[in-house]
Amino acid sequence: MTEQRDQAAGSGVTAPAGSPVFSARGVTKVYQTGSVEVHALRGVDLELYPGEFVVLLGPSGSGKSTLLNILGGLDVPTAGTVRYLDHDLTAGTEAALTKYRREHVGFVFQFYNLIPSLTASENVALVTDIARAPMPPDDALRLVGLGERLHHFPAQLSGGEQQRVAIARAVAKRPEVLLCDEPTGALDVSTGVIVLAAIERINRELGTTTVVITHNVSIADMADRVISLRDGQIVETKQNDHKVSPEQLQW
Amino acid sequence: MYALDRKLLRDLWQLRTQSIAIALVIACGVGMTIMMLSTQRSLDQTRQEFYDRYRFGEVFVELKRAPEPLAQRFAEIPGLRDVQTRIVVSAFLDLESLPRPAIGKIVGVPTLTEPVLNRIHLRSGRPLDPLGTREAILSEAFAGEHGLQPGDVIRVILNGRLQAMTIVGVALSPESIYEIQPGQIIPDPASYGVLWMSEQELAAAYDMDGAFNSASFTLLRGASIPEVIRQIDLLTDEYGGAGAYARRDQLSHKFLEHEMQQLRSMGTVVPVIFLSVAAFLLNIVLSRLIHTQREQIAVLKAFGYSGTQIGAHFLVLTLLISLLGALLGTAMGTVMGRGLTQLYTTMFHFPVFRFHLARDVVWYGWFVATGSGIIGAYSGLKNALSLPPAEAMRPEPPANYRRSLLEVIGLAPLMSPIARMIVRQLERTPRRTLMSIIGVSLATAVIVLGNFSMDSVDQLMHLMFSETQRYDVLVAFAEPENRDVEQELRALPGVLRCEMFRGVPVRLRHGHHTRLVGIQGVTPGNDLYRFIDAKQRVVELPPEGLLISAELARLLDVTPGGEVRVEVLEGSRKKFPVRVAARLDDFSGLSAFLEIEILGRLIGEPQTVSGAYLQVDRTEEAEVLSKLKEHPAVAGVNLKRSTVESFQETIAENLLTMRLVNLMFAAIIAMGVIYNTARIALSERTRELATLRVLGFTRGEISSILLGELAAITAAGLPLGCGLGYLFAMVTLQTVDRELFRIPLLVLPRTYLLAISGVVCSAVVAGLIVRRRLDHLDLIEVLKTRE
Ligand SMILES: Nc1ncnc2c1ncn2[C@@H]1O[C@H](COP(=O)(O)OP(=O)(O)OP(=O)(O)O)[C@@H](O)[C@H]1O
Ligand SMILES: [Mg+2]
Repeated sequence: MTEQRDQAAGSGVTAPAGSPVFSARGVTKVYQTGSVEVHALRGVDLELYPGEFVVLLGPSGSGKSTLLNILGGLDVPTAGTVRYLDHDLTAGTEAALTKYRREHVGFVFQFYNLIPSLTASENVALVTDIARAPMPPDDALRLVGLGERLHHFPAQLSGGEQQRVAIARAVAKRPEVLLCDEPTGALDVSTGVIVLAAIERINRELGTTTVVITHNVSIADMADRVISLRDGQIVETKQNDHKVSPEQLQW
Repeated sequence: MYALDRKLLRDLWQLRTQSIAIALVIACGVGMTIMMLSTQRSLDQTRQEFYDRYRFGEVFVELKRAPEPLAQRFAEIPGLRDVQTRIVVSAFLDLESLPRPAIGKIVGVPTLTEPVLNRIHLRSGRPLDPLGTREAILSEAFAGEHGLQPGDVIRVILNGRLQAMTIVGVALSPESIYEIQPGQIIPDPASYGVLWMSEQELAAAYDMDGAFNSASFTLLRGASIPEVIRQIDLLTDEYGGAGAYARRDQLSHKFLEHEMQQLRSMGTVVPVIFLSVAAFLLNIVLSRLIHTQREQIAVLKAFGYSGTQIGAHFLVLTLLISLLGALLGTAMGTVMGRGLTQLYTTMFHFPVFRFHLARDVVWYGWFVATGSGIIGAYSGLKNALSLPPAEAMRPEPPANYRRSLLEVIGLAPLMSPIARMIVRQLERTPRRTLMSIIGVSLATAVIVLGNFSMDSVDQLMHLMFSETQRYDVLVAFAEPENRDVEQELRALPGVLRCEMFRGVPVRLRHGHHTRLVGIQGVTPGNDLYRFIDAKQRVVELPPEGLLISAELARLLDVTPGGEVRVEVLEGSRKKFPVRVAARLDDFSGLSAFLEIEILGRLIGEPQTVSGAYLQVDRTEEAEVLSKLKEHPAVAGVNLKRSTVESFQETIAENLLTMRLVNLMFAAIIAMGVIYNTARIALSERTRELATLRVLGFTRGEISSILLGELAAITAAGLPLGCGLGYLFAMVTLQTVDRELFRIPLLVLPRTYLLAISGVVCSAVVAGLIVRRRLDHLDLIEVLKTRE
């Protein structure tokens, strides 16, 4: 997988080679609130490749979360198709989407969304309980540097620690795809770096296709590819020749 | 253990007080079901065993006197299995402990063999000795009341002759499980008992050798009871047959059946109230839980937990609560069932009466409990499942408040900001507010329901014993007497007033409806036995024509102006039509009244009387009673005072126990509803209240917002509950056998007051608990966490 990325990075073309993990065609999402129609996405075409680290940029309300939710099978588009490998995410039933999420996707949310009544380790176990070949919850926590905090409840953890638990929870089942919606949104710089390092490490070591939404343009430097959204449309796609490690990001 | 299961247990622990409150409500419902239905089953089973073992008759007939060979002819009636003929008379029992005579039902039994039917169960002593003389066996209730034991002597006035008899045993009979004197509505063991003695001796005393005056029968399977009754009536007609009747009209059986019927219907209806309250509580608690956990649910979904798994997660939570309730309820039901059974043993006399916990009743209770849990959980679960995960992840939009209705109609200037907050909050969640109000009103209604019986029964007693029966002593003659006897009665010192009556056993016919009743000939201007209707009006005796109980008119399907056929079942046995003049909305039994002269003419026995109502000077009561006892014509004397006292002792006491249990249950409902409502209001508004505290509001001020909300809900629930309680009371009275009693519906202010204060107390306690929580509000904690 690393070869693929190197190959993609080295080729310098706009789209990396190989068969895509995701391919979205003409994805449109319209929210109907009362008499007002909100066009959150207006015909997005997109391909994501195995092991790729993609950053989604864009102003508030541009449709980033909507797109991510559709990729993750949390939501379905109003029009257009989304394929994950050989699954059609737009044709499936709720049960099929559930199965897809359970088997292939890991989520990290801006507000961590840990279960407050469960300890760090139990929050991770929540996911490994229903996964096919997960890593032990405690290993996942060690991966994000929380080997010492296994039995703390969320209320006993700092924001950054909570977010790392959330990452451990997302990756413990060794997902093919890791989707992170503003994972550092609620964190200070140094904590943000630790969290991003954890995500980067998982992308690198497990070869997980990773999509990270952020408002922070500098984070884009650590991506293979940067996609910018505006008003529900992709306005720019940029291939990074040089990936920067999180520690070296300029905030 | 799976992580999700851990969450379940921790959530449950978090909700422990609320869960226990709900479980207790469920426990009450399940407990009531198990108590009533199991006791009913136990009664039914015990009764059946008693009937079978002691061969209780299925059809009965009383007659004047028939020769023994008639038994042979009975046996030829198709469908009859066993025939038991015997002699039964009514006699005075003269007791030193009792200044007045008691009435004994004297039953002749064979001494060499066991009777074919209606055998007795010896509790102590021995059976009658075939060679012995003047031996008697007494019924247990009567013996117990008077402290009589085997070896004691009792004096019996048999056919006018005083005989001292030795008590050799104390016994029970399937005929008198409920030992009540005919014509009475309450057992009075001090004044009425059953005595069994040798049939030869009894026959000799009453010149009944080779004859009988009572018979019992059992039928072959599949035999038609009405047809058998018809045949028996045909055979007994010439011997003064008073009309055969089936077991369901047998006095003791009828009362027992009535009690069981009430247990059955109450056992089915009452739990519904509790379990619907429980369902409502589960509903609000679970809805709130799911609401606060909407993001957690979304996360679970995002990670691939299916809707079914998440639904099951919350369902298990409610089922655990239901199960806890069902377990507690089963224990409660067993304990209370034992208590109720104990209570019944003082009313109904069985050889053994043990409480059996009926397994299917327990299953039923559990089934209903979990059912109510699932119903309660349903809408919350549906919400949880339908929540789109992407949606739930977004922060909740601010709650949508509006100006409240009270403000819109212009009351705003009258309201303080806090009052406005309360009203807006209540109006914002109208469904929950409404449900909480209904919950409070159900609690109120349960107290009304549990206590109105005192009011209504008191009212019945008042109407019966003070308004209708204004006499002190009822005298019954052995045989119809000439009217002249009135002079003798009046002449007794201490007798203030005397009114004669004539009672005639008859069969009333109208169309294809028939009924065995007594027609009472009444002296015009009757004042010692008045006719009082349900509206408490005095009804005048019509100058001619029958005045009949409205219930009897209904059963015969006859209206005033219509004609019924009367078949007299004694003496001349005349048959004649008579017009129904009016109906009387009375309170117990089935009665028919006619002017005494007209009745005398119609039956061909003018100027005869069969008894008298006396008003007696209390100071000379004993004197009058002893004179009456000695009077040769008198066969029965009933002192009304004794009946009323017996009622006070037994029934009133039992009612009190029931009321206490009931009050406790209602408190549980009220606490459950108010506490849960308060807790949910608290959890919804902790942030808001904490913010107010930070802004400088005092503890008192912020708790007044929450407590004000509770007070408003309670205040709204109370009047509704009083109305609902009245309605429940009305429905409950429908379960009373109307042939036995028409209990007037009366709920006194004291009962409403009790209900209101009970609920208010529960509300205050619930409010204090919530208030304590508010006082310990950790402001930083609350404001830091994101809900
Ligand atoms: N459930 C919904 N109902 C109505 N409108 C919605 C809904 N979800 C999103 N929208 C609208 O769709 C548009 C895109 O929303 P989205 O959450 O994808 O934006 P975003 O790019 O993630 O913004 P942000 O950076 O602020 O998170 C917005 O205008 C939003 O108001
Ligand atoms: Mg977003």
